[in-house]
Amino acid sequence: MSTLTMTQSTTSQSNGLDVEAIRADFPILERRVHGLPLVYLDNAATSQKPRPVIEMLTRYYECSNANVHRGVHVLSEEATAQYEGARAKVASFIGSCCPKEIIWTRNASEAMNLLVQSWGRANLKRGDRVVLTEMEHHSNIVPWQILSAELGFEIAYVRVADDGTLILDDLPKLLNRTKLFSFTYMSNVVGTINPVETLVKAAHKAGALVHLDACQAVPHMPVDVTALDVDFMSFSGHKMLGPTGIGALWGRRELLNAMPPWMGGGDMIREVHLTGFKPSELPWKFEAGTPAIAQAIGLGAAVDYLEQVGMAAIHQAERELTAYAMQRLPEVEGLRILGPAADQRGGLIAFTLGDAHPHDIAAVLDNLGIAIRAGHHCAQPLHERYRIPASARASFYLYNTRQEVDLLVKGLHKVVEMFTF
Amino acid sequence: MQRLYGRTGRQPVREIIMDLYAEEILDHYKHPRHFGHLDAPTMTYHDRNPLCGDEIELELKITDGKVADVAFTGHGCAISRAAASMMSEEIIGKSLDELRDWNKESILDLLGIEVGPVRIKCALLPLKALKAAVWGLGEDE
Repeated sequence: MSTLTMTQSTTSQSNGLDVEAIRADFPILERRVHGLPLVYLDNAATSQKPRPVIEMLTRYYECSNANVHRGVHVLSEEATAQYEGARAKVASFIGSCCPKEIIWTRNASEAMNLLVQSWGRANLKRGDRVVLTEMEHHSNIVPWQILSAELGFEIAYVRVADDGTLILDDLPKLLNRTKLFSFTYMSNVVGTINPVETLVKAAHKAGALVHLDACQAVPHMPVDVTALDVDFMSFSGHKMLGPTGIGALWGRRELLNAMPPWMGGGDMIREVHLTGFKPSELPWKFEAGTPAIAQAIGLGAAVDYLEQVGMAAIHQAERELTAYAMQRLPEVEGLRILGPAADQRGGLIAFTLGDAHPHDIAAVLDNLGIAIRAGHHCAQPLHERYRIPASARASFYLYNTRQEVDLLVKGLHKVVEMFTF
Repeated sequence: MQRLYGRTGRQPVREIIMDLYAEEILDHYKHPRHFGHLDAPTMTYHDRNPLCGDEIELELKITDGKVADVAFTGHGCAISRAAASMMSEEIIGKSLDELRDWNKESILDLLGIEVGPVRIKCALLPLKALKAAVWGLGEDE
């Protein structure tokens, strides 16, 4: 299984993670790109997968593959046990009191669409308000816009200051008539870690529920829904070492129980007659059709891996690496970092570089084996707010090193050399 | 390994990804020809590539069914800007009918490089604007 050996001793890093041992668990990091070692700095888009996750997928398909629930043969029982076991692992990982509060979805976008289409449709009407922020990912904006066009409720936005933090001065006023405040734990562009506690308190004081988009948080830091006192939370598996095709909506039991089913089909019913149906109980009420069984089990293995390393240690290591990158990147002529100082952000840095287009930056870096992202990162409103069409983004995870940051900086000097007018 | 877009006659990408930024491309990027506005354009077309934020406004002056002058503004990556600059040089004197026959190959031949599946949209944005202009389409179409 894992070659991981968690120790407080360090090899090349000063951050408490044995990064070399961790790197050895990720087969893809041995890959060469354009003849050079891969430097993977696109973790906010998706993470790489450690061997235990890959092996879990293989083992499931080789040994236990079957459809879950209601099967009375051994394989189905095994598949069901592993699949529901993964749900329990994920529930405990995020501090939920019980597995039935985890609704599997394909990804976080689907989790948010589920929230909007089920809770939103049942609870929002003309005159109501939903508050979002200007730094949201499109998946926490567009589903609300779709439903708002139909139901006529209002969408208001908490604005973002120049430094990439939320402007909270008029939050109480903004939360007037608000049924739900939905915001990101950590921006996938400016990297800001939002003051969740403050925001949750303000929302609850105003009588609004809270949905937290935790896509960039759950993979990178300890997250506890009970301690955070949120009402709903979405996240995706593939950003936290798990497979693609699996994500989750977490919700407080009583809220989920009160919500109508969203998609109809197999598995989500208690009984069906020609005259109607009764939905199943949680969590299956929201899980129509054969689910992503292997992917859920793979996510369970990812959670095991993350817990073995320790979320606090991962967070700390990423903070240190980010602080190092924040210190090195400004050496590059014309480089402008979007967002707040290192102590207010997570492990990602979006930037612009003189007049060089982010696509050109990313293409030159790719040629040097360095994978970053370029574009608007599914956060066009935030880019509009900064009056830039796009940005380049480097994002870190537990296997990244200072040497890789050095290579990034070196590559960016090359970009400057090529694209300076 | 990664031979993007298997057009024969051009070098494989692995050898030339920096040739994506061949000297001529960078020259057109840094010193775009026909960049700016015309006094009295016959037609103007604005288009954008929403994925990367590339944007172009193409102005054409048409006399006797031919392109008498052209100008463009906007912002974009080196590939889209070089494509717009090279295309502008090439279309002067061409008839609208000729330009209606232009296709993807016309632009890739001008650029003279391999363009992968992701960047192809950048390379073809100026052509998209040109085609819309010469077919007389409105901005919303």
